[in-house]
Amino acid sequence: MSEASRRPANSAPSQRALGLARAPAEGDGVDTSPDVADRVAKTTCYMCACRCGIDVHIKDGKVRYISGNKDHPVNRGVLCGKGSAGIMQHYSPARLTKPLLRSGPRGSGEFREIEWEEALGIATERLSRIRQTDPKKLAFFTGRDQSQSLTGWWASKFGTPNFAAHGGFCSVNMAAGGLYTIGGSFWEFGEPDWDRTKYFMLFGVAEDHDSNPIKIGLGKLKARGAKVVSVNPCRTGYNAIADDWIGIRPGTDGLFVLALVHELLKAGKIDLDYLIAYTNAPVLVIQEPGADDDGLFLRGPDDRPLAWDREAGTAVSALDPYIKPALTGVHQVNGRRCVPVFQLLAERYLEETYSPDAVAERCGVDASTIRRIAAELADVAFEQAIELPVAWTDWAGRRHATMRGRPVAMHAMRGISAHTNGFHTCRAIHLLQVLLGTVDVPGGFRFKPPFPKLAPPGPKPAGKDGGRPMTPLSGMPLGFVTGPEDLLVDEAGKPLRIDKAYSWEAPLAAHGLMHTVIRNAWAGDPYPIDTLFLYMANMAWNSSMNTVETIRMLTDRDEAGDYKIPFIIYSDAYYSETVPYADLVLPDTTYLERHDCISLLDRPISHADGPGDAIRHPILAPDRDVRPFQTVLIDLGGRLGLPGFVNEDGTAKYRDYADYIVNHERLPGIGPLAGWRGEDGETFGSGKPNPDQLQRYIDNGGFWHHELAEDQRFYKMANRSYLEFAVRMGFKERTGPVHFQLYSEPLQKFRLAARGHGKAVPPEAERARIEACMDPLPFWYAPFEETAIDTERYPLHALTQRPMHMYHSWGSQNAWLRQITNQNRLFVNRKTAAKLGLDDDDWVWIESINGRVKGQIRLVDGVNPDTVWTWNAIGKRRGAWGLKDDAGESNRGFLLNHIIGDKQAGAGGYSNSDPVTGQAAWFDLRVRIEKCSAQEAGFTEPQFERFAQPPHFSPTAEKLSFGAGFRKGRVA
Amino acid sequence: MTCLPASTERKLGLVIDLDTCVGCQACVTSCKEWNTGGHMAPLTDIDPYGGRPDGVWFNRVHSYEHVTEAGGRTVHFPRSCLHCEEPACVTVCPTGASYKRTSDGIVLVDEDKCIGCKLCSWACPYGAREFDTDVGVMKKCTLCVDRIYNDNIAPEDRVPACVAACPTSARHFGDLGDPDSAISQLVAERGGVELMPELGYKPTNRYLPPRARTENGAKAAAPALETLKAEGGFLGWVDRMLS
Repeated sequence: MSEASRRPANSAPSQRALGLARAPAEGDGVDTSPDVADRVAKTTCYMCACRCGIDVHIKDGKVRYISGNKDHPVNRGVLCGKGSAGIMQHYSPARLTKPLLRSGPRGSGEFREIEWEEALGIATERLSRIRQTDPKKLAFFTGRDQSQSLTGWWASKFGTPNFAAHGGFCSVNMAAGGLYTIGGSFWEFGEPDWDRTKYFMLFGVAEDHDSNPIKIGLGKLKARGAKVVSVNPCRTGYNAIADDWIGIRPGTDGLFVLALVHELLKAGKIDLDYLIAYTNAPVLVIQEPGADDDGLFLRGPDDRPLAWDREAGTAVSALDPYIKPALTGVHQVNGRRCVPVFQLLAERYLEETYSPDAVAERCGVDASTIRRIAAELADVAFEQAIELPVAWTDWAGRRHATMRGRPVAMHAMRGISAHTNGFHTCRAIHLLQVLLGTVDVPGGFRFKPPFPKLAPPGPKPAGKDGGRPMTPLSGMPLGFVTGPEDLLVDEAGKPLRIDKAYSWEAPLAAHGLMHTVIRNAWAGDPYPIDTLFLYMANMAWNSSMNTVETIRMLTDRDEAGDYKIPFIIYSDAYYSETVPYADLVLPDTTYLERHDCISLLDRPISHADGPGDAIRHPILAPDRDVRPFQTVLIDLGGRLGLPGFVNEDGTAKYRDYADYIVNHERLPGIGPLAGWRGEDGETFGSGKPNPDQLQRYIDNGGFWHHELAEDQRFYKMANRSYLEFAVRMGFKERTGPVHFQLYSEPLQKFRLAARGHGKAVPPEAERARIEACMDPLPFWYAPFEETAIDTERYPLHALTQRPMHMYHSWGSQNAWLRQITNQNRLFVNRKTAAKLGLDDDDWVWIESINGRVKGQIRLVDGVNPDTVWTWNAIGKRRGAWGLKDDAGESNRGFLLNHIIGDKQAGAGGYSNSDPVTGQAAWFDLRVRIEKCSAQEAGFTEPQFERFAQPPHFSPTAEKLSFGAGFRKGRVA
Repeated sequence: MTCLPASTERKLGLVIDLDTCVGCQACVTSCKEWNTGGHMAPLTDIDPYGGRPDGVWFNRVHSYEHVTEAGGRTVHFPRSCLHCEEPACVTVCPTGASYKRTSDGIVLVDEDKCIGCKLCSWACPYGAREFDTDVGVMKKCTLCVDRIYNDNIAPEDRVPACVAACPTSARHFGDLGDPDSAISQLVAERGGVELMPELGYKPTNRYLPPRARTENGAKAAAPALETLKAEGGFLGWVDRMLS
């Protein structure tokens, strides 16, 4: 890792210790050297999904203090507001204490405690019956867990295609948009070159995301005087310290970005050499309307795409490194009319519809601002290019004396992805980066190993047979389709998965659609299920759209009086709003009581300078009758006799999750952890299981990190030395380059299907939508909701984000974090409020086409005037999370989810999701706000029945004196 | 009334960079977790899970909007004891509980002498005092006096908890009485300011103001892009570039 990124954060001369030999003799009796800890354990934080390294200081068997691990590649010693409040999460009053079996009606919160043996027996009996008859009747969906390589593998061995984690309602548009375009994406997949970039653009980032790395990076940019441009309707957090804040209208980022592309093309400010070397810009596209291969690449006999060689005057393999390809023109090859990708691209974005003047009003951004930013991008990329004196060799064996960099970097997240046009908007951002030649170059956006992978990577999703009794799937349930034949649909085109992922409704649903599962299971569409098995996802509250209806579906009964969703198993560590809807509750541990692996097979902790992974390990023993979920899942796998989970004699293969982490091999030599493999721990990446592996991780501070050689750190898509390393590590199958797919041929294949070509064609009703949305080049279209409703009645966009000190539903049970925020306001632009006759602190009805919710407003200047927003998941339901009945969260805080439709407005059967990936379109929401009457002010609505408390739940504390016991000389 | 030292050997304090602070609350909760088990332990939380949670915090971040000629901005403002050179909270103390250390200038409270009269909190114009109603004494930022000299902590970690945690590197620590110290030089370079100097309490801590920025992004001033006019327009340019 570069010198600058290896240094602990906060180590500037003005941040160092005093360096005194001893404390000054003040004589005031202050003990300046108290004992801090009996031991310090290094593990991985889980106060959000960032996976920072933490030092947990234990004194007298209790957590005294948690600080950042200075050696850790993610956080370099810093720790955010959440991580520093981990003590209160570990000791939360909402922790579940024992397995529970529902005793009252679903949703009441009435349970009886049972022993683990009974709980596992109930689950095993039920799941075993499903597996023997129709395994797809188990829908297994996990939330924000970090063990998807285990949970997905378990589902695969069980034989159900109905598995996914939370990505479908989080940011699959970013993941899929990136993976189908550049073979990587933001966050786990890549990061800005914080040490070298001179111009940083940040699009739509929810503030709880990629928390410390972004903050550390922004600190570096500020210290170096780099320019920060934020594109976000809200001027909070990161956007508050940007040099330029572009308060864009929600859902128009794609239009804004393509207007930048328009300006850059018009002025010739693009990197043609880069486009030729690393992208499919030269590839010839067949142009024969009506033909069954119209819009596909022209391919040679070896199936390789062809380009037109200007010098030879003939079509040759586009992958031939020595050709001089044409980027423009019409070429006739074997009687086929073809044009290069670049020609199509230029024609589209040079259209006046993408000019700054044409988009300005819609985006809420002046045309002059768009032109200025385009000029700045061009200036930094081309006039301020940088050169690292590092020689490297590309995939074709050509030696390059230096590494050239174009120091423009970008990062984007939820604000881009949570719209029905998010996939294409994400592709547009990658297109802009690639045209400027800034992907994986010094100063640009950098891949984190194991990325880049092929665009798109393999494998394809398994489950085409819909799941057969006692038969594992042929592979993992989630994957990447490359054409209509890969969809999981039956002969009539009906979805095979309960969430309708990989159907015509959501063809590129790489993360599944967890947000549709409850409705589909309730409606029996495409079929009824037997058991819904959920892990740490608050689906009866802030993780679902249309909460009121969702709750009704969970409790709805058929004519016979049976629940329409027959059985619900739920595992969580805390008493969330979802626990009371379970029939069987499997209590999980806190993050300090468990093993975990942050795996390269899943969502690792790599740095752009090298791959890494990490573990959690139990630092404290649970004081409750709870078990780590992954250990329970492995136990169930053994009891069910799932292949891979049992030995030949039928006994359980793994003792627990720790045993699995060390000894499981997904492929020979490749296991959950890459570090210290081989019997003696002498290798990494690939090697036999090492019985001592976990101890080696613990000894190294809880993580493993490999530093790439200097000449492997950039141009990873085409860098021979890096590509060879990637193959050795199992990241890629072959050492060939990753070509960026500006034009996406898989999308065009769907279009052709919509025109009736090929074996798999969409049902008639789906064709127009597939034709429109599966455009092989990024484009912008209006978010669906605003095209279907009366926008004069609902003139405002409504958004949510999480505060930096909270993570989804978890923060409010934390005695410290909830003191910072226990009521969310609706933030309204001051001018907008004046027009509506609203004053600060007024209570308002926030109404959408789906219903209304009541909350209190706060007037601000720093928000797009046509947008209102609030902090998400502060509003809580009474009886949940160990909070008292008078808590602000359930009386004055509100949940916007109540009025976000889970169905697309005015579109019959579709869910409220991106039509390409199925990503939940949280941010398409449109609302009106109106002052409520004096009698209605002061409390939120709708209100819900209070949950009963689980048996033996401790009464909520009136006072906390945490830490008193650590103080010398004072009796706790 | 409590007397102040005529001078202190060091003037230890914090410098907070308002240009970089994103308001993430890391300094707030890292302070809380260190200090609730530290010198003034505990930092009691009353009604922690109820309708009026009210705890002792030595450091709080306030966010507000500020309109300047260059347009509006959102400012995140961390607030803790400024360890004034002439702190009214000390001179007003009737028992000698509040005092300023001669060696390093840290303002502390001796709990054994504090009678909980709250005069100090009335005297402090910065709102830096925190009354622990459960224990009945006044508490406040100790500048992590039990970290910065602590032999049980690795030498490089002997900085206040808030400085160690800050993810954007917006917090600095050192001797502001030494003009050659790195922190004093930082203040000089960046034009660091005292809060409300007109009151005369001479705060030790400094705030670095947000850097000048304008809505037209002068920092990356770039010439306007010119449309390619030559023959064939953009595609003609591409051909010429490649030929």
